[in-house]
Amino acid sequence: MTYITKPRLHHPTLPKNKVGFTRRDYEGKVSTLCAGCGHDSISAALIQAFWELDIQPHRVAKLSGIGCSSKTPDYFLGNSHGFNTVHGRMPSVLTGANLANRDLTYIGVSGDGDSASIGLGQFAHVMRRGVNMAYILENNGVYGLTKGQFSATADAGSKSKRGVANTDSAIDTVSLALLMGATFVARSFSGDKAQLVPLVKAAIAHPGAAFIDVISPCVAFNNHSGSTKSYDYVREHNEVVNKLDFWPSREAITVDYLEGSVIEVAQHDGSLLKLRKIEESYDPRDRVGAMTAIATAAMKGEVLTGLLYLDPEAEDLHGHLGTYAQAFNTLGEKALCPGSAVLDKINAGLR
Amino acid sequence: MGRKGIARVNRIEAVNDFVVKFANVNGSGSASANELFAKSFLRMGIPVSPRNIFPSNIQGLPTWYEVRVTEAGWLGRRGGVDLMVAMNPQTWDQDLKEIEAGGYIFWDCTKTLPKSKFRDDVHAVSVPLTEMANEAYTDSRERQLLKNIIYVGALASLLGIEPGVIAELIGEQYKGKEKLLKPNLNAFQMGYRYAEECLKDAIGLRVKRSYNVGDRIFIDGNSAAALGCVYGGATVCAWYPITPSSSVAEAFTHYCSRLRVDKATGTNKFAIVQAEDELASMGIVVGAGWNGARAFTATSGPGVSLMTEFLGLAYFAEIPVTLINVQRGGPSTGMPTRTQQADVLACAYASHGDTKHVLLFPEDPTECFEHAAAALDLADRLQTPVFVMTDLDIGMNQRLCQPLKWDDSRVYDRGKVMSADELEAGKTFGRYLDVDGDGIPWRTLPGTHPSKGAYFTRGTTRNAYAIYSEAGPDYVYNVQRLLKKFETAKKLVPQPVLTPSKSPARFGCIYYGSTSPSMHEALAALAGKGIHVNALRVRAFPFADEIADFVQSHAKVFVIEQNRDAQLKTLLVNEAGINPANLISVLHYDGTPITARFIVKEVSEIVSALNVRPIKKDKAA
Repeated sequence: MTYITKPRLHHPTLPKNKVGFTRRDYEGKVSTLCAGCGHDSISAALIQAFWELDIQPHRVAKLSGIGCSSKTPDYFLGNSHGFNTVHGRMPSVLTGANLANRDLTYIGVSGDGDSASIGLGQFAHVMRRGVNMAYILENNGVYGLTKGQFSATADAGSKSKRGVANTDSAIDTVSLALLMGATFVARSFSGDKAQLVPLVKAAIAHPGAAFIDVISPCVAFNNHSGSTKSYDYVREHNEVVNKLDFWPSREAITVDYLEGSVIEVAQHDGSLLKLRKIEESYDPRDRVGAMTAIATAAMKGEVLTGLLYLDPEAEDLHGHLGTYAQAFNTLGEKALCPGSAVLDKINAGLR
Repeated sequence: MGRKGIARVNRIEAVNDFVVKFANVNGSGSASANELFAKSFLRMGIPVSPRNIFPSNIQGLPTWYEVRVTEAGWLGRRGGVDLMVAMNPQTWDQDLKEIEAGGYIFWDCTKTLPKSKFRDDVHAVSVPLTEMANEAYTDSRERQLLKNIIYVGALASLLGIEPGVIAELIGEQYKGKEKLLKPNLNAFQMGYRYAEECLKDAIGLRVKRSYNVGDRIFIDGNSAAALGCVYGGATVCAWYPITPSSSVAEAFTHYCSRLRVDKATGTNKFAIVQAEDELASMGIVVGAGWNGARAFTATSGPGVSLMTEFLGLAYFAEIPVTLINVQRGGPSTGMPTRTQQADVLACAYASHGDTKHVLLFPEDPTECFEHAAAALDLADRLQTPVFVMTDLDIGMNQRLCQPLKWDDSRVYDRGKVMSADELEAGKTFGRYLDVDGDGIPWRTLPGTHPSKGAYFTRGTTRNAYAIYSEAGPDYVYNVQRLLKKFETAKKLVPQPVLTPSKSPARFGCIYYGSTSPSMHEALAALAGKGIHVNALRVRAFPFADEIADFVQSHAKVFVIEQNRDAQLKTLLVNEAGINPANLISVLHYDGTPITARFIVKEVSEIVSALNVRPIKKDKAA
């Protein structure tokens, strides 16, 4: 509803984070998505996460593809540069942007239409490469913007609004990410903000490609009985494996934990993840175990959510490539041009 | 025992002016030996122009290396072969056919061949290469590799190449690898001595030391383009392997590893990503360009097709992109290992909707270097894709060319990027607003200012402040400004180069890119026949106004190009307002590089026809 402008007034005592910004500073324009759309909840979670992480809004670059989910970067971080790329190609553009300036925070928003069909290749390869990003896939099993066709994540047997059944096997992006070597893989649900916000924070802080598949029901086209991505279905079949608390540093911890019930993972940057086990046997540091558990649950129609896999030793693409510490977009001819004396030597070697 | 030349009658006799063609088996190690052969002429001060003719395969198929020795310095392909070094039994028959009457075939007589395999008008010269190699060496790979050096030795004697020059080259090639140095020198001497003793004067082709090389360098276009990207400040290279452009990225990798590593930390001031396909390659370049780093990719025709959607995005969203297109025979998979100026229109108009892109047409490796660096500047200044249009002939063959130069006082033109200070001072910012009248707006880079200057980049239509707008006037303003930008580019791109004839000329020639060396040779030959032509070399699109003036000032202008559909001519008519009736196409497109012989034949025939004055008809009813 673009004719509704945001009120300029806000409560004078809105809390500020460590870098002096209120939550309002992390918002964007008013959403034009359908009322009740799962994606808007995800945007709210992103706003919350960035505010809590004390990241300056303009130091984030937000990229997306094409689709309803890809419209959402307009609705958060209004003071960040954004890039709506082309369908299925956000990962490559984000990779290039990241290479150009390693110092910004990169968030890529995509949908199941964007990432699991035309974008399947780029999704897989950005996970393989380990580009430092938070990849948020807003998954509703349909192409919302073009009015409700099945996407590649729609489960076989699930029904469209008109009662047509999908006969193709579903792509599980979480399993695919694990197979591609992704170092942070999670699944959540747009209706569970308490679960989603810490996962998003941890993903942003993760020094590698962090992937979250967020089931985000489409109220217009896929929220009916027969859908396996509706609010009702997900609530009934959600198997939470753990509860994540994200702490930017040891000093920030404010909760007491029961001994033995928590898996503790420290990341390179000093941040700490404390995972309270809900599924006792689930260990998110075991890649193959995670793949098995997810596949087993899927066969029963259950959806595993939580932090499903984490490699605490992850290194990102800049690490793999051994790049210079100073951002490339700040380097000029002094740093980059070898000069005429070197060129004369090269000429001499070519005679 | 070798067979001596049969008779002195009908022998091609030439000094410093002939063509030697090697017919080898791909993967037999001949490339290195043949390059040694070619370089030896350069060291004797004689210009050479070698070309690889290779199949789309890795090992086992035929490959040829054609060396034109040319005192006069004509570096285009001549056409015809004077001496065939026939090392591939599989292609013997076709190789024999190619030799000019009175020419020579050099072969390995370890196995005999029936008389029917030879021609009466071609002199056969042979050395028992395999027998000699097998006697001297035991390892099969060594035998194969050194057999090639034995024939280089024999040829050196036959043609009069100074052995000291070859010894020096071998020494340079194996500097620090003594184990390889000795056997190579021995093999060379073995062949040389054999020919000295048994083949004296068997071939009428000779070389004599000369002074026509000067300080020119010998480099392939792809390496030069890569070096241009290093010097031009590219930090991001994303690419996908495709013939004939892979060696651009490989050379960039090689040069960066030597020239762009920070000495203090050992870290890399470059990022080279071999992407999963050409789409991702271009996506990475677009992302890097958007975020203020100089980025490029190198590809060929099929890759450009894949990149087309992104090129449209970069054009409309106005993002700097540099694309080096080493063109090959099209369409589709086409002729992957053959040259053609195949993609002029596909690149000029890449992507759906109304688009126009900047093209640069380098003529040789030196210009590949210059144009690659220029492209990076132009892309930043114009905020648009810039194509460096080379081809396989320039890219994958070593060419004698002017040494590469760089002015140390040169500063990169980063274009209109608004800084945090300027934003803070309240400078008006509209991402797609024309403030200077040149059609080029200002942009800001992500992360610049906490509350000013951020905007959304999209491929959709918008107003001058990057706000989505479907209003007609906003769209028209935007696309008209893009045309204005293209007009601004006219003066910024490399200007055409005129070669006026020495006598007044009715006709003109327009040419570009790899046609250049054959064009110059053709101009001299045509002048010798009394046909005087002014020649204009086009070096970029958008076209300088002087091109239309050039056409206006001639009776007719030949447009010489290497594609079937006269693509540059089409572009000239579309974009420079030139009347097609004033242009005559001369087209060569069989995948081989165009020759002066071809140009001379076509142009002279057309000129004769044009010069025929019709007999006056009786003024009947």
